[in-house]
Amino acid sequence: MSKHTLSVLVEDKPGVLTRVAALFSRRGFNINSLAVGPTELPDISRITVVVEVEGAALEQVTKQLNKLIEVLKVVELDPHASVQREILLVKVRADPATRSQVIDTIQLFKAKVVDVTTDAIVIEATGTSDKLRALLDVLEPFGIKELVQSGMVAVGRGSRSITDRSLRSA
Amino acid sequence: MSDTTKQAPSPADVASLARPRPAAEARPVEPVGPVTPAREVTGAQALVLSLEAIGCDTVFGIPGGAILPAYDPMLDSKKVRHILVRHEQGAGHAAEGYASATGKVGVCMATSGPGATNLVTPLADAHMDSVPVVAITGQVASGAIGTDAFQEADIRGITMPITKHNYLVTDPAKIPQAIAEAFHVASTGRPGPVLVDISKDALQATTTFSWPPQIDLPGYRPVLRPHGKQIREASRLMAAAKRPVLYVGGGVVRARASEALRRLVELTGIPVVTTLMARGTVPDSEPLNLGMPGMHGTVAAVTSLQKSDLLITLGARFDDRVTGQLSTFAPHAKVIHADIDPAEISKNRIADVPIVGDVGEVIKDLIEQVTLDRASADADTDAWDYAAWRERVADWKRTFPLGWTDSEDGTLSPQYVIERIGALTGPEATYVAGVGQHQMWAAQFVKYERPNAWINSGGLGTMGFSVPAAMGAKVAEPERTVWAIDGDGCFQMTNQELATCVINNIPIKVAIINNSSLGMVRQWQTLFYNERYSNTDLQPTTQRVPDFVKLADAYGCLGLRAETPEEVDAVIKQALETNDRPVVIDFIVHRDAMVWPMVPAGVSNDMIQAARHEAPVWERED
Repeated sequence: MSKHTLSVLVEDKPGVLTRVAALFSRRGFNINSLAVGPTELPDISRITVVVEVEGAALEQVTKQLNKLIEVLKVVELDPHASVQREILLVKVRADPATRSQVIDTIQLFKAKVVDVTTDAIVIEATGTSDKLRALLDVLEPFGIKELVQSGMVAVGRGSRSITDRSLRSA
Repeated sequence: MSDTTKQAPSPADVASLARPRPAAEARPVEPVGPVTPAREVTGAQALVLSLEAIGCDTVFGIPGGAILPAYDPMLDSKKVRHILVRHEQGAGHAAEGYASATGKVGVCMATSGPGATNLVTPLADAHMDSVPVVAITGQVASGAIGTDAFQEADIRGITMPITKHNYLVTDPAKIPQAIAEAFHVASTGRPGPVLVDISKDALQATTTFSWPPQIDLPGYRPVLRPHGKQIREASRLMAAAKRPVLYVGGGVVRARASEALRRLVELTGIPVVTTLMARGTVPDSEPLNLGMPGMHGTVAAVTSLQKSDLLITLGARFDDRVTGQLSTFAPHAKVIHADIDPAEISKNRIADVPIVGDVGEVIKDLIEQVTLDRASADADTDAWDYAAWRERVADWKRTFPLGWTDSEDGTLSPQYVIERIGALTGPEATYVAGVGQHQMWAAQFVKYERPNAWINSGGLGTMGFSVPAAMGAKVAEPERTVWAIDGDGCFQMTNQELATCVINNIPIKVAIINNSSLGMVRQWQTLFYNERYSNTDLQPTTQRVPDFVKLADAYGCLGLRAETPEEVDAVIKQALETNDRPVVIDFIVHRDAMVWPMVPAGVSNDMIQAARHEAPVWERED
């Protein structure tokens, strides 16, 4: 099984996320990550979904997604030709004795501290799943009290846009 | 960045994967119905006016609290006939029968909560068999949605996986648009059911109505025209094939492409198999028609697919009941697969030549291309020559005809009853089956000569489909004789619609193939469960529970019974002569009759048995 990142442009209507998510579970496809948000176009949302499937099944996922009336376009993003990011917020045990050590460590990952208390700090980091996993590995020994992570969002490199021509009415 | 369009090798798939929305090229959906200037109405009036404007002439339904406002203007409508059914499931199947008989959109209506959930089965049924149906349901007032209000059910959420699309409308101004879009989506592309859920306050509020409304479906653009390159490639494979078979499914019926298909058969001389959903698309009198493939298909149809070197698949979907064990299905065949739904292509069986398009257009283009290619073919080659293959399949057809063995005690054979119904009634009638043994026998032993003559629940396999669907078919085409060929198990699931038939003068004819058991399940218990008949006996004593003749009588139908072969023709003739009320015939048949041929579930179609313990013996090269 290999991971594929799909960008799905949808009409911003009630229930559309349910339709997309339910399609995956109904047809037995496994969602690794899911993120939804607005686009540069009004009334159009973009769902980034990472799915773990084989080649023929990927074609089936794409075709089934396209059958949903509110789905406008489905594009697979090649990881080598796109920028893929997740955001991580993690609360790490850090007293005055260990705090500077934690801060030194996260700076290697270009992460930053967004909240500090006497016995903990909250760290914000963005990056690929691999980078965030590596960061968590080094934070683990300090003691992770709480963590939350977003689904992946991704955009293709270069000047072309997946909303080009097709979706702009002007 | 790789667009999925770039990964797909075939132009047909390109069309399906990328769905660009070029605003400049977008074809506006043609307005339907007369242009009506704006005027002030209630949401309920807007609903009824919309139904009238779009040409809906019949609605099957039952009122209730949330849909109540819609029923008030319905009372005054001169164009829409509302038929009050006895159960919402009946309304849904009636809408399916209406749609299947004519190709027009069937409409059913129900109230919120239980009314709407009772539509779930027919909607799922219509979804599986691509039947154009619009269901309109009332919803609790918008302010009460989400509060577990009385008779509240999230029917839009419930029906998402079993409808082609659905709507929740809480703004009265949006009712005409929702109705127009629902009819458009239901009837175009691959047809299917669409549900429009309308909140009670939207029905009660005042709005302005004008027609036609703006249709806004940027993400819905079915591909109708097949790609020329794929058509040429298909023709090339057909020229080279030695053992081609036309594998024809229900899509040909829905696309109204039967005439074109018959021309293609005539032109090419390629043998045809017609799936359960496609019986009648090619007449059974056509010698090249090998009948139905699949689990209970003819030996000739099943074997021709197994031995074929090219499947020309038109509007069929490689259902497991056709393919049996998929990995051993038609192992030597290349596959041309034409379907209007790109997702069906290469879903189960990888297609060598995928063709996305309306199957009528596909066949038309194929005929042109084949004519062209044959004209320019070298006369010396054996391209386009299937004479030897035709002889082989004809031999299978001759050697393994459909048939049955009568029981030793002289009790009635169900197959005989069904054959006589077909023979005495003729090909112009419509035959609507339930689900089970009687359905298979009706598919096998009635001779179909026209599309839409055969209506059944194929994909979902819904017991209870027959009586209400026959009612809908009769309403759609009152001049035709409509037979519901039903089982005693099925009949007891939906026979309440006999009341609807009597009261509304819908004189259907119901043949109950009464073997006093759940016959198909019993057959499997006989074959695979050591004859342990767990919970399949519907009549454990000699007492008739119920007595179907008395039941028919109680409803105001003509009730008849036949128990011996000698009585069969007489009761059928009496039924055919009775047109002032529905007729119910209780055919008491022997319960050990089984459906043959049969391929057991999950094994290769090569394991077909013509009858119990009778597998065909093939000559060596087979």
